[in-house]
Amino acid sequence: MPIRFIPDETRIPFMRLARIGFPLSLAAMAVSLVLFFAVGLNLGIDFKGGTLIEVQTKTAEADLGGIRQTLESLGLGDVEVQGFGTPNDVLIRIATQPGGDAAQQAAVTKVQQTLGAEDYTYRRVEVVGPRVAGDLAWTGTISVLTTMVGVLLYIWFRFEWQFAIGAIATLVHDVVLTIGFFAIVQLDFNLSSIAAILTIVGYSLNDTVVVFDRIREILRRYKQMSITEVIDVATNQTLSRTVLTSLTTLIALFALFFFGGEVIRSFTAAMIWGVFIGTYSSIFIGGPILIYFNLRPAAAQTPDSAPAKA
Amino acid sequence: MLYFQRWKIALILAVVLAGAIAALPNLFPASSVANWPSWLPNRQIVLGLDLRGGAHLLLEVERDSLIKDRLETLTSDVRQTLRDARIGYRSLAARDRTVSFTLRDAADGDRAVTALNPLAAPIPGGLFGGATVSEVSIAREGEQIRLSLTDDGIEARVRSAVEQSLSVLGRRLNALGTTEPTIQREGEDRILVQVPGLEDTSRLKEVLGQTARMTFHLECPEGNITDALQTRPPPGCEIAQPLNAGDGPVLIESRARLSGDDLVDAQPGFDQQTHQPIVTFRFNTRGATVFGDLTQQNVGRRFAVVLDEKVITAPVIRSPILGGTGQIEGNFTVESAQNLSVLLRAGALPADLTIVEERTVGPSLGRDSIAAGEIAAVIGSAGVVVFMVVAYGLLGVFAVIALVANVILLFGSLTALGATLTLPGIAGIVLTMGMAVDSNVLIYERIREEARLGRSTISAIEAGFSRAFATILDSNITTLIAALALFALGSGPIRGFAVTLAIGILTTMFTAYLLTRLIVAIWVRSRRPKAVPL
Repeated sequence: MPIRFIPDETRIPFMRLARIGFPLSLAAMAVSLVLFFAVGLNLGIDFKGGTLIEVQTKTAEADLGGIRQTLESLGLGDVEVQGFGTPNDVLIRIATQPGGDAAQQAAVTKVQQTLGAEDYTYRRVEVVGPRVAGDLAWTGTISVLTTMVGVLLYIWFRFEWQFAIGAIATLVHDVVLTIGFFAIVQLDFNLSSIAAILTIVGYSLNDTVVVFDRIREILRRYKQMSITEVIDVATNQTLSRTVLTSLTTLIALFALFFFGGEVIRSFTAAMIWGVFIGTYSSIFIGGPILIYFNLRPAAAQTPDSAPAKA
Repeated sequence: MLYFQRWKIALILAVVLAGAIAALPNLFPASSVANWPSWLPNRQIVLGLDLRGGAHLLLEVERDSLIKDRLETLTSDVRQTLRDARIGYRSLAARDRTVSFTLRDAADGDRAVTALNPLAAPIPGGLFGGATVSEVSIAREGEQIRLSLTDDGIEARVRSAVEQSLSVLGRRLNALGTTEPTIQREGEDRILVQVPGLEDTSRLKEVLGQTARMTFHLECPEGNITDALQTRPPPGCEIAQPLNAGDGPVLIESRARLSGDDLVDAQPGFDQQTHQPIVTFRFNTRGATVFGDLTQQNVGRRFAVVLDEKVITAPVIRSPILGGTGQIEGNFTVESAQNLSVLLRAGALPADLTIVEERTVGPSLGRDSIAAGEIAAVIGSAGVVVFMVVAYGLLGVFAVIALVANVILLFGSLTALGATLTLPGIAGIVLTMGMAVDSNVLIYERIREEARLGRSTISAIEAGFSRAFATILDSNITTLIAALALFALGSGPIRGFAVTLAIGILTTMFTAYLLTRLIVAIWVRSRRPKAVPL
């Protein structure tokens, strides 16, 4: 017999909990924004420009200090040397060199000549010139914004406008908290982080739409029920599904996080965070917004004033 | 909801079968697939550069150097035109995008403008082929005349420079013997070059990044290099720096007597006496004539071979060379002689190109990434399978069958569409598996609810499917919007992620809604269950 993860007929008063959750979320968003402006993101080379070289030692374990010392003597400015995955793997980051795009290439050649090809395999070289970095930052921002607008339009088209506001508030919440997450953990923020944010947006929306769908259904069926009650019932009815789907997605994500290799680890870390806040926000952000924007006006709550439409 | 017409059943099964057939070649090594009979599908999924290793280089046409070149040509054209028309002028100078000079006699104004007018003649180069743009605009203010490069003209030059560079780069890549390189235009002034499976990219970068404009100059007839370095070179002459640090600078005529365009062939070789690596070259007919006359008339003078404004070598002409062939000795290594002959054969780039973005992945990292991706996929899917069976029992097994079909369809579609599989793409597949079961979860939870409300088994199942459908549609379409935005943002790997995510959503909607429903329908009809086993 299948195991029930969530008992039937839960009656959790979500909207009462949201009275605590909603202000907490607002505070968390404020903290995220403060961190974003005060501490800033650990921008990767995609947006800042610069060079990233991944090398692997062929025999001995990598001597990080030695490599650092050798490279610092090259006069390439800010050189960051860090272990990465196995003890043989090293990640070298070089800040953008003054003197345009050609100077970046010269820096790579210098590093490769200095370290030589005998002891090291060059696993990955990424050079992003200052102009490309600017372009990437621009398209990244644009794509997040277009997604939001696209989603807003779709939900507006399929639901009442209050739902569209609720969904966008949820998304803003998720994006801001994800940026806060990047600011706290100081993970490299690069193109794949933008991809992570967009996927989180997609996932969170998926979740929000499921809850909203149910809210709409109950609204139509029980015309006398107060909006708070409707949201509570809808959230409880979809709770089992919300939890199960989050769990299966998390199973897949944790597998990627632990076994998918270093290259996509920061991407999956952000995604895991996103699944948590995406699930949370569909309940604690989307719901209160619907109440605030008066989805069911008081007049419609008297039994016989509203003709059955659905 | 649970009744399927025969043709519908056949169609659903046919789609799954088609997916399986398209995906099939991926299970075998490429070498064996190549030997399959032609009626079998033989397309395999294309691995991205991050998985198979390779170089991704984004090159940009140097607008500034292009403008500088145009301005230099314009200046000398103006000088020539005024001289031919016998118009006196002074302070001829080029600044920013403008060449200006002052007439000695203001009465010459109209004559000067008429003479210069051909320089402002329209050149082809509008966006759509047929249109023409004027590259130069002429303005006159009393005694001063200004010729300015127009924005349209510069745009047209950049566009044609990109076009020409595409074919030059293609010839260079071919000469290097790389396999399956792709060269494509990106935006207005950029070119993306992707070369899979390359271990060492330094040679590639050297060969691609070099403008390789070769010119042949005579030594300056008057003055000498020591004086020129201290004061200034005599008119019509300039100082050229040497390519090899060991040589000294050479005082050459500014005017090139011959250029790389006049070459028809260049090959690396060895000098017969010194056994040093050299590059031998052959001129076309015109070049051979000019070269012959030149060497005949200037025996005893030095002759400089200049590559991208650096002197490779400047030997003294000992005897006339009439056959149109020659050799360049310039302290070459075997490799640099090879590189130079590749560059000379492929021709010069019309403008300087700079590498503005490079992403190179070594083959070993690619292999590791594939291995890691496979492990993650296996563990992730095993986890999801176990979870679904534990949570939903028999219906969970149905969901797992749908999931397997989903993955087969996903791989089949990726293969058939020729989409590129990248590491983020693998992540997209694993994520799709996690989210694919969402549709099943939605349906099953709904069935449970309907059964709890007192519906009969069959009616609960029917209601579950039909009521969950709207939700599945809405939630998947919103995710699809995000996937499309990702695709639009996409450079290489990210685009791979967007593609798998988007196709995954479509296959998920198919397997969750149609295939699962079919399986459940068959089960209901054959077993006639008394209660929903949830």
